Parts: sequence; C-alpha cells; structure tokens
Amino acid sequence: MILMTAEAYPVLEEPKTFFLAPLSKPAPGSAGKTGTWRTHKPVVNLEKCTGCLLCWLYCPENTVIKLENGKVAIDYEYCKGCGICATSCPFDAIEMVPEV
Amino acid sequence: MVVKTLTGNYAVAYAVKLARVQVVSAYPITPQTTIVEKLSEMIEKGEMNARMIRVESEHSALAAVFGAASAGARAFTATASHGLLYMHEVVWWAAGARVPLVMAVVARAIGPPWNIHVDHQDIFDQRDSGWIIAFAQENQEVLDLTLQAFRISEDPRVYLPMMVGLEGFILSHTMAPVDIPDQELVDSWLPPRRQPYVISPDTMYSMGNIAPDEDHYMMRYSMAAAMEAAKQVIDEVDKEYGEVFGRSYGGLIECYKCDGAEYYVVITGSWAGDAKKAVDSLREKGVPVGLVRVRFIRPWPRERLLEALSGAKGVIVFDRAVSMGSVGPLFADVAQTLYPLGISMKGVIAGLTGVDVKPGVFEEAIAGFIKEAEEGPVFVPSEWLLPRKYRGKYPSIPREVIAR
Repeated sequence: MILMTAEAYPVLEEPKTFFLAPLSKPAPGSAGKTGTWRTHKPVVNLEKCTGCLLCWLYCPENTVIKLENGKVAIDYEYCKGCGICATSCPFDAIEMVPEV
Repeated sequence: MVVKTLTGNYAVAYAVKLARVQVVSAYPITPQTTIVEKLSEMIEKGEMNARMIRVESEHSALAAVFGAASAGARAFTATASHGLLYMHEVVWWAAGARVPLVMAVVARAIGPPWNIHVDHQDIFDQRDSGWIIAFAQENQEVLDLTLQAFRISEDPRVYLPMMVGLEGFILSHTMAPVDIPDQELVDSWLPPRRQPYVISPDTMYSMGNIAPDEDHYMMRYSMAAAMEAAKQVIDEVDKEYGEVFGRSYGGLIECYKCDGAEYYVVITGSWAGDAKKAVDSLREKGVPVGLVRVRFIRPWPRERLLEALSGAKGVIVFDRAVSMGSVGPLFADVAQTLYPLGISMKGVIAGLTGVDVKPGVFEEAIAGFIKEAEEGPVFVPSEWLLPRKYRGKYPSIPREVIAR
C-alpha cells in the first residue's frame, strides 16, 4: 500500500487532506511467503519434461520458472501447492508430493 | 445565459453537459430515465463530446463510470430507488477508492409493493458509504448543485464522489424556469479534472487489492478527514458560485425566516418548499418559527446547525425516510448534534412512499409541537404522521400497538 504523492504522479494534483488510497503495485510476495501455505509440493521430473511450458502458462502465481535449458523449476518460496501445474502437464512430469 | 423551462431531470442533463463530462453510463429507471435520455440525445447530436456506455444493470453502470473516472475521465451516472440499491456495492467501492465522480439520484420509494413515487429512503440507504450527499429543493438548484458537485468532488481537499438528490416527479418531471449559465463562464469557473491518481497500463497500479487491516482502518480515517474538509469546501464553492453566477444557497444549510425564530423546522429536499409555506402562514399568525433546510446530508453540517439553532427553544424534524426499528435518519443526526442544547425535540415520520404532505399538514404538526413544548420539555424521537385517510384509525407506535 502506498501513500499517494504528487511526486508519484506529477501531472495530478496532490491531495490536500491526509490521504491514503487503496492502491498497490504488483510485487513478489506482497502477502508474505505464500510457500508456507502449501500442503503438497510440485516436483518436476526433468527427464520427462519436454519444455512445452504449459505449466508455466497455467500457474496462477507465476511460480513456475523458465530455465535457460528450456525446462522448468518451481519457486518454492511462493508456490502455494495448488497442483494446477501437475494437472496441466501432458507428460506427467510433475508430481505432487506431500509436505512433511 | 439563457432561461429555459426545464424539468429537474433536464436541469441535471444541462449541468452535466456544461461540466464537459466525457463518459456517461446508466441503466433506465423511473423517474431517472429522462436524464440519460437527454444526455444521449445531446451526445448523438454532437452537442456534447462524450461516450455513452450502454450496460445491462445499474451495478454495471456505476462500475463503468467508476472505471472511466479512475482512468482520468470526468464521468457521470444517474439512478433511483431499486437501481441505486442494486448499485450499492459499487457505491462503496467508488468512495473507498477516492475517485471523484458525480451521480444524480432521483429519490423514489423502495418496494415492495412497486411504487414510483418519492421518498428519501433510497438516498439515505447510501448515507454511510463515504459519498458526499446533497439534496436540492428546486430545479434551478438541481442544475447549480450538479455543476458544483464536480467542483466539490474533484477538490484536492475532498476527492470523494458526490450524489445530487432530487425528488422523483416533484422535481424530476415538473417544469420550471431554469437559468442555464454560459459555457464560457462555466469553463472559467470549473477547473479541468483533478483526481488523486490515474490507473492506466503505464502506471500499473491496482486498486482494492488486499491490505493490512491497520492500513484499511487508516483509509477510513482519511475519508473522515476528507469529509470534514468537504464542509469548508462546500461553503466556499457555494459562495464562489454566487459571485460568478449570481446564485448562492447557503452552502451546507439554508436558513429560512430564522431571524427572531424561537422554534425551528429541520427538513431536507423539495418538500421543504411546502414546509416553508407552513412557516410563512405561522409567521403571519405571530408564531416565532423558522426553518433550516439541510442541503447536505453528508458531510453532516454539525457546526452550521449548532450555530443556526443555538438559540432555539425547540426543533421539529421531518423525515421522509425511516430506519426501521429506530427513528428517522435526519432526526437521529439532528438529535446527536443538538444534544448539548437540551432543548425540546420531535421527529416526525411523514410523506413516506409518495404520500403527499400539504402545507396545512405541516402547519398543524408544527403548531402542535410548539404548543406541547411551551407547556413543558418534549422529546419524541419518532411520531408517525399517518396518511390523512388512516389518521386516528390506528393506534400509535410504540405503546398501544404492542400486543400483550
């Protein structure tokens, strides 16, 4: 959350009364380390992964990372473990493993 | 300047045109429809450079203008009654987002049963949302208030949306001479749109995302601060408007025959005109009564009312809405304001659901209150003034009506 100022938007007129707007800018982990919410974690089998990137496309949290070799990895800091990547993978290359 | 005979609804439309509104969106509902019909015609004829967004509901209508306003456009919508209730969620969104916006509300009763006639229930239902809420008494004031609404809402001390209330049919469909100011004069008086932020693909800001509870609380606090500031802005704008256009109304409140008054009527909306007739008649009979018309329900004109009513012996409040299980909303605010004065007070619930209240009925109620108050302190939070054909035939609330 930010307190809006004229510096942020020089074209606009700064509020003259104490002002707080419900505005936010997209940022990684604005709700904290959401990876701790997970009960199952996706594990990528790189031998089966073809690099089709369907999981990367489907992941609602942007926690599937594109690797330089064309394959994928998971950002466990923020992955909530929803399993959409595993479901979307046509090659069964992602397995949901219970967290201990 | 040109004088035209206009309905209250057309007075709104002309003001919206003069304010150079860029986006209009609305869904038809009686008695509002002719406002946006007229605007649609103006846009179609090329008299007004604006986009009319057609939508499938009032919820979407306000969402559309809210979106347009967030993106930097001067935007307007209008509604009434059930339409306003359907908008209710977005009403809160627009206020909480601090996006300047203007909406005309043509006050109309809420069903069931279906009823297109006036009362104030719909607009009072939005009371706590964070909108600035004004109520006009006549068509000229409708035009002036609508123009002022853009100025007030877009003031950097305020940055809150504003509703302009006008009574269904009594104003909306009744013609009266209205002075339409020159476009050049309006342009010189109304500054280009100001707003606290603009959401665009470049700014990449999102509005309304989840926030810490403490921050949300502070946003509420900042809205309260803006409401306080708005009191000053409203009075200023009224005065400035008077200097430029020759018409001032008193800002937050209008005092009528307050000089030498000992008792006062407090009321809002166009039926204040009928109450004024009753005050005139009582004055002719030597009764020292004045009237305070509340022009702004929010922000509540506490200081102005205290000042105007500090010498009062008693105050009678007429509400055209009721908070079921409690009292009239206008009375509730008057009572909390005048509490330190310890004077006689009565709240009257009348004119609900379009029931006509004639000057004679006002006069009887006012004279009755004054007689009681002269005999001893009176505090009656809600007295229901039943329609004439039912008066005296039903027991009064609360005592006799409760079954034992």
